[in-house]
Amino acid sequence: MIALSDYLIFGAILFTISMAGIFLNRKNIIVLLMSIELLLLAVNTNLVAFSHYLNDVTGQIFVFFILTVAAAEAAIGLAIIVLVFRNRKSINVDDLGSLKG
Amino acid sequence: MTFEQFIFYVLGALAIVSGLMVITVKNPVKAALWLVLAFIATAGVWIMAQAEFLGLVLILVYVGAVMVLFLFVVMMLDINLAQLKEGFTRYLPLGAMASVGILAMMYMVLGPDHFGLEVTGAPVQQSANFSNTKAIGVPLYTTHAYAFVLAAVLLLVGIVAAIALTLRRRPPREVLYQNIDQQVKTEKADRLTMVKMESVVEKELPEKEEESK
Repeated sequence: MIALSDYLIFGAILFTISMAGIFLNRKNIIVLLMSIELLLLAVNTNLVAFSHYLNDVTGQIFVFFILTVAAAEAAIGLAIIVLVFRNRKSINVDDLGSLKG
Repeated sequence: MTFEQFIFYVLGALAIVSGLMVITVKNPVKAALWLVLAFIATAGVWIMAQAEFLGLVLILVYVGAVMVLFLFVVMMLDINLAQLKEGFTRYLPLGAMASVGILAMMYMVLGPDHFGLEVTGAPVQQSANFSNTKAIGVPLYTTHAYAFVLAAVLLLVGIVAAIALTLRRRPPREVLYQNIDQQVKTEKADRLTMVKMESVVEKELPEKEEESK
């Protein structure tokens, strides 16, 4: 029998891996987007596990909506990357400092 | 260790190793492919938690659509790999430290002391003919119908935004555009002009025998 803590720790490990990915790959905006996808996956795993153990399907419905939002976010994010690359001929985060933020 | 636990740990280890590969490999194409493996392994974990519909949706939507989109964009862009990887070792200690710290704190909260099998009890095992799709679908279309419609609108906004961002109007000398209004309204007079002219009578050709001499 798999305990709830197993699912939660699995989600936590995935979460920290993708968080480290955001730290390490701060030049590469595509890997940053992939890390965000992995982050959402870890959170969804928690929701699915709680939904299973509490025998309440609402958690799975929440995962369904998160998947929808994440798909839309990925599509728009990639469209923005294509647009940036077309204008700058580069997707290095360091080259995108024109706002002087 | 039961067979169920064995499958769970294999899938979990697969997902974690692929996650580590996603953030460490140099080539973004390989990172995307490792991410596909991570998604598939996690879908297996979800199916073990009796979320069969979401596990299959994860494979269909993520592996089938989003990751293909990622691969498409990564391969379309001409990326300087060496430049993107610099600073990796510089941030490695900071990233590893922050991750290990947060993981340790999460373990203290989420570990077996608070969410172990003795604390939460065994989950309800559904029978073999239980339909997870129906169990999700009925509340989705009744209790959460408003959120469902909002999600549909969100996807529409996503389509419009992605197309509007990447649409590029090139000048007419590069690409010839159709003007459908004008094309439909065209009449015979716009294209065809009748010309009055004198009829011309052909002159007789000279004899061939004279040329050959």
